[in-house]
Amino acid sequence: MPCIEARGLRKAFGANVALDGLDLKVEAGRILGLIGPNGAGKSTALLAMLGLTPYQGELKVLGHNPWTERDRLMRDVCFIADVAVLPRWMRVSQALDYVAGVHPRFDRAKAEGFLDRTTIKRTSKVRELSKGMVTQLHLALIMAIDAKLLILDEPTLGLDILFRKQFYDSLLNDYFDRSRTIVVTTHQVEEVQHILTDVVFLDRGRIVLDSSMEALEARYLELAVTPEQLAAARTFRPLYERAGLGRSFLIFDGVDRAQLEELGEVRTPSLADIFVARMGERQERAA
Amino acid sequence: MTSPSDAIDEPAVAPQDAAPTAFSWRRLFYWSVRRELWENRSIYVAPLAMVAFGLLGVLLSTIALPHYLRAIAEGTAKAGRLMGPYSFLAFSVMVVQFFVAVFYSLGALHGERRDRSILFWKSLPVSDLITVLSKAAIPIVVVPVISFAIIFSSQLFMMLWSTLVTLVNGISPTVLWSHLDLSTMWVVLPYGLIVNALWQAPVFAWFILVSGWARRTPILWAVGPFVAPALLEAGAFRTSHIGKFLGERFFGGFAEAYTIKGDGGGTVQYITQLNPARTFSLPELWIGLAAAAAMLAAAVWLRRRREPI
Repeated sequence: MPCIEARGLRKAFGANVALDGLDLKVEAGRILGLIGPNGAGKSTALLAMLGLTPYQGELKVLGHNPWTERDRLMRDVCFIADVAVLPRWMRVSQALDYVAGVHPRFDRAKAEGFLDRTTIKRTSKVRELSKGMVTQLHLALIMAIDAKLLILDEPTLGLDILFRKQFYDSLLNDYFDRSRTIVVTTHQVEEVQHILTDVVFLDRGRIVLDSSMEALEARYLELAVTPEQLAAARTFRPLYERAGLGRSFLIFDGVDRAQLEELGEVRTPSLADIFVARMGERQERAA
Repeated sequence: MTSPSDAIDEPAVAPQDAAPTAFSWRRLFYWSVRRELWENRSIYVAPLAMVAFGLLGVLLSTIALPHYLRAIAEGTAKAGRLMGPYSFLAFSVMVVQFFVAVFYSLGALHGERRDRSILFWKSLPVSDLITVLSKAAIPIVVVPVISFAIIFSSQLFMMLWSTLVTLVNGISPTVLWSHLDLSTMWVVLPYGLIVNALWQAPVFAWFILVSGWARRTPILWAVGPFVAPALLEAGAFRTSHIGKFLGERFFGGFAEAYTIKGDGGGTVQYITQLNPARTFSLPELWIGLAAAAAMLAAAVWLRRRREPI
């Protein structure tokens, strides 16, 4: 059974179509990055998966309909919808007590262990913590829950780079164990690319690209060429090109590596470069 | 830090088998109510402050108590005033608790949307039904229970203190005890609190519903649709049917429980003057409870769909 399966998933707010017929399948044990510009429908897709918003089309999460079986689903699904949603009046100890009180799969000792690595005091109120500490607290609570699916919507928004890096490191080292599935949306593509197993590009409610990271790396190549070779390189129809430091960088989709190597230096492009290339291509077509 | 391989080698299935898959609704309800008390400490701080203030007055009045008791014993003073401070203390706690319950209810489903914490609450396996019911339980059950506990214990303290004062002054405590009617009060008080809670249930259910619906200033949306027509009626027709209806819905429970005929007239003094048969056969009470249930159901429906503001 796939962890998430969507067919023709659609959601409109009045005339504004947020999700325009999404077909998506996420197998268990994957880490999927949902990437797209603002308003692409990433958050709406996550809200639908969490049963927080009604939708049209078919959607099954862990075999359940998230809208009608939400209460059942939340025993196996966890999410960080945003940073800074922890109630500001709550004490750290109360947050531990409460989650231990209501969640059967919460391992308090584990959460305490994560907190011990931070400088967060048990007696502090959430409002007294810095933004980075609130995220650490939230992550400690969530990672101590033995869930099958973890959904993260811009979990590191507004954090400085040290916390962002630490966040994803903890997630990968202390939480992910191949029986769990993680879906994450973020703007900071370059910071998640090394943890992802799969990636989906969304634009204006549609899927632009749906691929495993291995397939992506095999398919896209970046070529750095000197101005003399540029014309020859262009004959392979690059998706995208940009100029920098006396050389041009071109991104190709499905072109033979050996052929490109004759023209210049070839490497695997970053996810951000592929994203920009694919989005740029769509905008050109739209224009 | 554990290394990545440690995390991967961990048996992922074992803890799942050991842990229960779901907690009972009683447990979820208990923790939901507890968290409301963490967040809204005024539910017990406000009446405690009121009582502390009242007891200070009682302690000061003990200067005059021996003189007064001697006069009662000699037959030169009536004992009526003896119960005064007890009733006054109970009354002031109830007034404070009424306002606490009103403001709590108006924020119940509004605050969590305003500070976006609803997204955290909804990430845990607590249903909207349990959440709304736990919030409704605060004004309808928890506040009256706390009121009773605080009034009861402070009256007990007052009685012991007064007894001590009589003993120290060489007056027989029977003078005091034969006039204090506390056993009656301790039955009449909870009875009135229960009747009042049931009576006001639709009011609080309405406030909770509005708090889940209004984007801002729930108090205006909660009160406006009633007060505006009441003012209009008073201005245009010089009548006050709407105003009377509102007064009845808010304070009719107290009148029903604490006055002999249930009309706000003569006050109940003894247990035998209570009339539960009449009270619990009032259609207004049952219509009100049915309306409260309907409004809470609507609040559950709304919480399911509402997003952070």
